[in-house]
Amino acid sequence: MNLELTWPGDADDARARSDQNLSEVERWASIAAGVGLTAYGLTRLKHNGWLYATLGGMLLRRGVKAHCDVYEALGMNTAVSPADTRAALRGSRGVNVLESVTINRPLPELYRFWRNLENLPSFMRHLESVERVTDTISHWKAIGPAGTTVEWDAEIHNEVPDQLIGWRSLEGSDVVSAGSVNFDSAAAGRGTRVTVHLQYSPPGGKVGAAVARLFGRDAETEIRDDLRRFKQIVEAGEVPTTKGQPRG
Amino acid sequence: MKALCWYGTNDVRVVRVPDPQILNPRDAIVKVTLTAICGSDLHLLDGFIPTMKRGDILGHEFMGEVVEVGSENKKLKKGDRVVVPFTIACGNCYFCERQMWSACDNSNPNAWMLEEAYGYSGSGLFGYSHMMGGYAGGQAEYVRVPFADVGPYKVPEGLSDEQVLFLSDIFPTGYMAAENCNITPGDTVAVWGCGPVGQFCIASAWLLGAGRVIAIDREPERLMMAADKGKAEVLDLTATNVFEALRDMTGGRGPDACIDAVGMESHGATIDDWYDKAKTSLMMATDRLSALRQAIHACRKGGTVSIPGVYGGFLDKVPFGAAFGKGLTMKMGQTHVHRYLPILMERIQRGEIDPSYVITHRLRLDEAPNAYKTFRNKEDGCIKVVLKP
Repeated sequence: MNLELTWPGDADDARARSDQNLSEVERWASIAAGVGLTAYGLTRLKHNGWLYATLGGMLLRRGVKAHCDVYEALGMNTAVSPADTRAALRGSRGVNVLESVTINRPLPELYRFWRNLENLPSFMRHLESVERVTDTISHWKAIGPAGTTVEWDAEIHNEVPDQLIGWRSLEGSDVVSAGSVNFDSAAAGRGTRVTVHLQYSPPGGKVGAAVARLFGRDAETEIRDDLRRFKQIVEAGEVPTTKGQPRG
Repeated sequence: MKALCWYGTNDVRVVRVPDPQILNPRDAIVKVTLTAICGSDLHLLDGFIPTMKRGDILGHEFMGEVVEVGSENKKLKKGDRVVVPFTIACGNCYFCERQMWSACDNSNPNAWMLEEAYGYSGSGLFGYSHMMGGYAGGQAEYVRVPFADVGPYKVPEGLSDEQVLFLSDIFPTGYMAAENCNITPGDTVAVWGCGPVGQFCIASAWLLGAGRVIAIDREPERLMMAADKGKAEVLDLTATNVFEALRDMTGGRGPDACIDAVGMESHGATIDDWYDKAKTSLMMATDRLSALRQAIHACRKGGTVSIPGVYGGFLDKVPFGAAFGKGLTMKMGQTHVHRYLPILMERIQRGEIDPSYVITHRLRLDEAPNAYKTFRNKEDGCIKVVLKP
């Protein structure tokens, strides 16, 4: 199974692969301030100088490693433009979800259903609509936090008929996301396995994702529920519900 | 309409609620002509089943007349007289296609709840808590039936409501329990619990070729029904050592198959039963299981323990060593009602059995709250209550 998201020019992009999340300017400023503070602190150890020295050391480390832990927690990155999907979702950045479901329908039928991205909102609860712009470009509208609407454009950048669809948000989008769905036949007569790999950079970074988890359900649960609804629609033709039934 | 609703432990009421509507294309609305209280409804009354909410409509044994069908329901039409399986199944998934209807993938809207408790979720059920789907039940004047092009089974002319109502649950449940025993001609089958399911285990064991059926209970009227109608030999567990009696009766070998038709609220008469009572009342265990322990202990080597009785949680002091040491086969689970309904309907039509013999109380729906208590307390010789809305 090919679950990897492949980006053109990956091998050349050493900066994005590293942990760097500071711009060069900020990096050298951090080193300079770190050296200064450390020196200042060491000269007056009797007057809480160790505090300045420690702080200076931390700044120094931040500059030398070109990596800021605070930025990482907040999902910030000054090393690259925020719209750079590759860097924003690289490695452990962003939210990473992998879920699969086995469906009792022929593979080509399921592939066709997904390839028509306009079908996605019928089972993905947080999606309001997906509009086809060209054969590979689409416009997505989702329900964001506190009833807001977020919109972005995405392109299908990888497609292997009856096997794989990969998409990612276009540069300049507010929402940075990428995903792929894989289709493969389960052993003799056991249906079709559908595996979804989704990555996105949540508003507010990992801290934002953690807060969202406190107030609602996490991304993994959401995707699992989405896939369950997909299965229900294509297998049973409807999503089971009790909404609107009588009670005492 | 009027419906029987759950308001808390020991609190069920008949109240006025809105009529049900078609919510999905494959739905139907059924006007209930006869419904029943199931032994497993008593677990709800007693507060043994989690995820119940105030106002939930109960009832999963019902039949009636179709009064409305959804746009995609091509099988039913207004006026059809149907009996409805208590398990809800889509008919399209891996499990439905393999006749494992109560394991349906698509009928429980709250599958995530059961997935957290059990790993994977079974089908939705009528009127049996939110983790089982939260569907409104059939102890009401009307009921909405999802996937009604798969479940409801048309009743042939000439059969009364009372003759076919129990095809919704307890007759198929007893039958599947007996089938799970893999009975070969001449086998001895012992049945713990002579409630309605136990009675149908006894009847089904005979239908499937048992040579001998031994029934175990503590209520005289239930033992009497097992002996009179069920033609079983009976053991009163308060007066006999069940294990020794069964060993003596089977020439020192033990029954070929043992059925636990009691489930999680077993009222035994042995020391372990007091232990379970203490533990469950302190919320340290979820089920009482003296019947299951006895069944495992009494079964012959290489025999089968079949469990139609309902269990919900983590069982304490299960004699698993005995089960392993004797190489037992254990089979259990919610009934695949859809699988058995047609064949048992035929048996009823052919006159091989008339399941209405278990009915002891015929009441109006309004009387349901008292009927629950009479049934639970086993007062007034109560074995099976049917209710007319």
